[in-house]
Amino acid sequence: MAVTVRIPTQLRELAGGASEVSADGDTVASVLAGLETAHPGFKERLFDDGGQLRRFVNVFVADEDIRFLDGVDTPVTEGQTVSIVPAVAGG
Amino acid sequence: MAHVHGLRCRECGREYDIAPIFTCEWCFGPLEVAYDYEAIAAATSREKIAAGPLSIWRYADLLPTDRNPAVDLGAGFTPLVRADRLAAELGLGELWVKNDTVNPTNSFKDRVTSVALSKALEFGFKVAACASTGNLANAVAAHAAHAGLRSFVFIPADLEQGKVVATAVYGGNVVAIDGNYDAVNRLCAELAGTYPWAFVNVNVRTYYAEGSKTLAFETAEQLGWEVPDHIVVPIASGSLLTKIRKGFDELFTVGLLDAEPQLRVSGAQAAGCSPVATAWLEESDTIKPVKPDTIAKSLAIGNPADGYFALDAVRQTGGGLAAVSDEEVVDAMLLLARTEGIFAETAGGVTIATLKRLAQEGIVRPDERVVVYVTGHGLKTLDAVVGRAEPTAVIAPTLDAFHEAFPPDTMQD
Ligand SMILES: [Zn+2]
Repeated sequence: MAVTVRIPTQLRELAGGASEVSADGDTVASVLAGLETAHPGFKERLFDDGGQLRRFVNVFVADEDIRFLDGVDTPVTEGQTVSIVPAVAGG
Repeated sequence: MAHVHGLRCRECGREYDIAPIFTCEWCFGPLEVAYDYEAIAAATSREKIAAGPLSIWRYADLLPTDRNPAVDLGAGFTPLVRADRLAAELGLGELWVKNDTVNPTNSFKDRVTSVALSKALEFGFKVAACASTGNLANAVAAHAAHAGLRSFVFIPADLEQGKVVATAVYGGNVVAIDGNYDAVNRLCAELAGTYPWAFVNVNVRTYYAEGSKTLAFETAEQLGWEVPDHIVVPIASGSLLTKIRKGFDELFTVGLLDAEPQLRVSGAQAAGCSPVATAWLEESDTIKPVKPDTIAKSLAIGNPADGYFALDAVRQTGGGLAAVSDEEVVDAMLLLARTEGIFAETAGGVTIATLKRLAQEGIVRPDERVVVYVTGHGLKTLDAVVGRAEPTAVIAPTLDAFHEAFPPDTMQD
């Protein structure tokens, strides 16, 4: 299943400078695994040594924070957008 | 010249040069300014500070900007008010209120904005921008106007009218977003990657956050270069609490204090947005984001970027956290106004209500010297007290009518 992944500035070099790439998968975990296969280097940046998403990495599926859904097990469907966004501070 | 080494990641320790960047490229951890404390110790002194301006810029040696002050509306050096009447009501001893409602745009955000836009000018930015729950919007619009910068200020569309008007009046661009603060913040993170603007709480956030340390510097100076035993600070992103604690530690590091701070730090949140307090109460190491629902909109950040550091500070120092109801918030706004003559916005109500709770729970104690930080003015959130603060009587303009409403035999001297 093809979804769009939005890449933050900090990680664009891994994707040849692209701000968006296409990836395959039916959950956030499999999409991010697909991203790693297509563009090696993402995994060690997004996940800690224990295999958990780093605590300052935010992931959204169709504009919803996956921590309100099923985390990395959150399903994604054809055409949805997965956004990777660093945490930002208050105002 | 600022006495700065560079920037350092708070998560993994990687170092970076001074630049308008805010997250570690490796792990996304927040970056922090790394200072040359030996150089600061050699440059600064209590006498030099005392001879400085009555603003945050008296502590320029401990701030990360080179041209001091580049953007200055006079933020800081606000009153530290001895609050004996409030202390008596809460069963506390020596209590002080740091009254940051009297800054140029009536909140502590003038401190951080002054530092952020000074740094933005150094970097050569022409446009100032921010994501805001209101107070930062006020401060950025005003300081940008003063500095001759264009501004783009992004706010949730349902913000208090007072805060919208007090932003738009300065003539910049005010963009109201159909969504909550976290949605606004996300949009700004993406815009910051698109336009060469100085987002004070995004790409120049690392410098912006340092401005909060001045609340610690002033408190210590106003107490005769001593550190309180216990402070109570509101938590939105968690940055303010974290930086105030850091400020006290830095004073000792650079030789401005005689003794190492023995400071306990407590944090205040509203029940409708209490991700950090929830983690503390549940003894969890994970801060789970929430969807905010509280009248304390300036604290309504459901996904606090510095929440982990605020939680660490509370745990390490033996402080506490509470999550107070909107009803307690309004009661506390009225209590502070009635006892001390200070009219705080809803966030101040959260802080005073939390102080009350922590006093009842014995976490804040009567034998401690306590400082509570009140960070924004009540006129910004008037709606919260409409109906609770009304004329004592409405009468005809006659002596008889007055006597009827206030019988002479009931009147005291
Ligand atoms: Zn890092």
